[in-house]
Amino acid sequence: MSTPIHVPTMAQMIASGEVPEVLFWVGCSGSFDDRAKRITKAIVKILAKANVKFAVLGAEESCSGDPAKRAGNEFLFQMQAAQNIMVLNGYDVKKIVTGCPHCFNTIKNEYPELGGNYNVIHHTQFINDLIKDGKLVIADGKSFKGKKITFHDPCYLGRANDIYEAPREALMKLDAELVEMKRCKAKGLCCGAGGAQMFKEAEPGNKEVNVERTEDALEAKADIIATGCPFCNTMMTDGVKNFNKEEEVEVKDIAELIAEAADLI
Amino acid sequence: MIPQIIFTLLFLTGAGIFALKIKKIRRNIFLGKPLEIKDNKAKRWKTMAKVAMGQSKMVVRPVAGFFHILIYVGFVLINIEVLEIIIDGFTGEHRFFAPYLGGFYNFLIGFFEILALLVIIACVVFLYRRNISSIKRFKMPEMKGWPKLDGNLILVVEVVLMGALLKMNACDQILQLRGADHYMVAGSFPISQFLVPFFDGFETGTLITFERIFWWAHITGILIFLNYVPYSKHFHIILAFPNTYYSNLKPKGQLNNMAAVKKEVDLMMGGDPFATPEPTVDEGPPERFGVKDVTDLNWKNLLDAYSCTECGRCTDNCPANQTGKLLSPRKVMMDTRDRIEEVGKNIDKAGKPIEDGISLLGNYITEEELWACTTCNACVDACPINIDPLNIIMNMRRYLIMEESKSPDSVTSMFNNVENNGAPWAFPAADRGKWIDELN
Repeated sequence: MSTPIHVPTMAQMIASGEVPEVLFWVGCSGSFDDRAKRITKAIVKILAKANVKFAVLGAEESCSGDPAKRAGNEFLFQMQAAQNIMVLNGYDVKKIVTGCPHCFNTIKNEYPELGGNYNVIHHTQFINDLIKDGKLVIADGKSFKGKKITFHDPCYLGRANDIYEAPREALMKLDAELVEMKRCKAKGLCCGAGGAQMFKEAEPGNKEVNVERTEDALEAKADIIATGCPFCNTMMTDGVKNFNKEEEVEVKDIAELIAEAADLI
Repeated sequence: MIPQIIFTLLFLTGAGIFALKIKKIRRNIFLGKPLEIKDNKAKRWKTMAKVAMGQSKMVVRPVAGFFHILIYVGFVLINIEVLEIIIDGFTGEHRFFAPYLGGFYNFLIGFFEILALLVIIACVVFLYRRNISSIKRFKMPEMKGWPKLDGNLILVVEVVLMGALLKMNACDQILQLRGADHYMVAGSFPISQFLVPFFDGFETGTLITFERIFWWAHITGILIFLNYVPYSKHFHIILAFPNTYYSNLKPKGQLNNMAAVKKEVDLMMGGDPFATPEPTVDEGPPERFGVKDVTDLNWKNLLDAYSCTECGRCTDNCPANQTGKLLSPRKVMMDTRDRIEEVGKNIDKAGKPIEDGISLLGNYITEEELWACTTCNACVDACPINIDPLNIIMNMRRYLIMEESKSPDSVTSMFNNVENNGAPWAFPAADRGKWIDELN
């Protein structure tokens, strides 16, 4: 907490003749949404604490194009991709850590064909690796003793990319009990935000998807719903509010939980 | 000689009609757009072995998975006996394999009888699940009418066929014991022995007639069933194999980048506006962006549609469907198949593709269904034979946006924001780093 954290942009780093180890791709939610910004800050604090030499793109970052592509606007997606790839390749970026599974999936899987080849890692994987490699020590921070944490698999991390274990491994480093919802991993239920649903009203139905999913979490008797996606975080937070349980059940990103446990926030 | 001639004619007719129908379905599938899937042969065989032969995704639901495996194994193995029946039919022999296999033949026949009984039990369980128990996915709107009848017909026919096999064996063993001419002593009958009391009061001549009736009922039943299969969801028993071979092996989250769009974007971003244009080749009329009708889909999408057995696991796992939205991935697949069949019939009638004013999007699938999808891939994950309904949904959204500019207002604003601000919300790009100032 003591020393101020410096977050250089790629432009600044290159100008001072340095090359970062990783580029932290913040994403639009993480940049603009007040709740998601807290996740961004937690990730940055972890990176700083673990002495990872990183940079961000700052104003040069632009939407990965995921919501446009999933809504059917391939043209807009490819324009965004081309623009981002030009910036990333211009800085000769090799390794990217993303704070959002949608950006992660798009950059990792859909950019290569368009000329963008990077080693893309989701922040929960990166944090888990930092802990495993001993670069980040969880101590002195908040205790989660006696708490039950459940992990809500983001579709674009889980089913879309078969990453189920890294986020769970990271959570198991906390002194809490990890409980699973009845639907988890490959069978995990969507929060309702993917495929550009985040930006539109739901179609007519008899229930909101996030309410259905929150029921799973409440049924698992979780005190904390851990997320790895800013959209899921919003949806689950709203879901908990829907049941007036915001006093009892917290919705937190894995980065926030780890940062709390390591006394970084 | 006459039974052999009748059999040969019957068999050739049955097989011939089947072959013609298969040819037609193959033609329909290749009305879809070309798509090259030639990579990773080893992995593809492995996927087919695991998912189709090994039923690995069926057992995710243990009850349905277990009974399905009984029917599947029963079907595959009992077909070895069908092979003998066919040879018997051609040659006029009885139990053609028996002299060559000796004791093993007895084991096989006994084993097939046990399988036949297990198949009957499994079919009864499935009939119960479909008609009496309250399993939601069998009672959804798209399952009314023909799909429901189709599901029941298949199960009933299988019970009848297995019943004929067992009754045939019951008569056969009595005839063997009585030393009837032509009925050599062969086989073991652990199940059909219990049917013997129903038949052993009859004269030998009557029994031979019975045995022959069951034999003919079994083989004609099989030939009729064979020709029923391509008109039915039951076609999955064949197409599950190619369909899993041609599975998508890429991460499920990866949606293809449209090549036609890439060409235009490349020109806009990096193309030299003063460069001499490349000699233009006549590429025909410009292709439609996205999918409006089935012929805009690729052949794998159409193979998916013909392979679907309407089990409804996709729909059951769909978050939109679970929360009462109109979308059902199973319906998307059924609509696709029904429409390509319709297009095929038009071609049969007119001799060439015709414009009938009908399209998959609009007449079969509505925009509301498409906009309900969260692209979560639960349907894709759930399919026991790796069908991908999401790909069809996404490509129809592409048509809506890129050809018709039709999107919910809020989605249009999102597009505008991405285009103008580089973010789906109306925040200026310059503010992207504001959180950094708030950090310390």
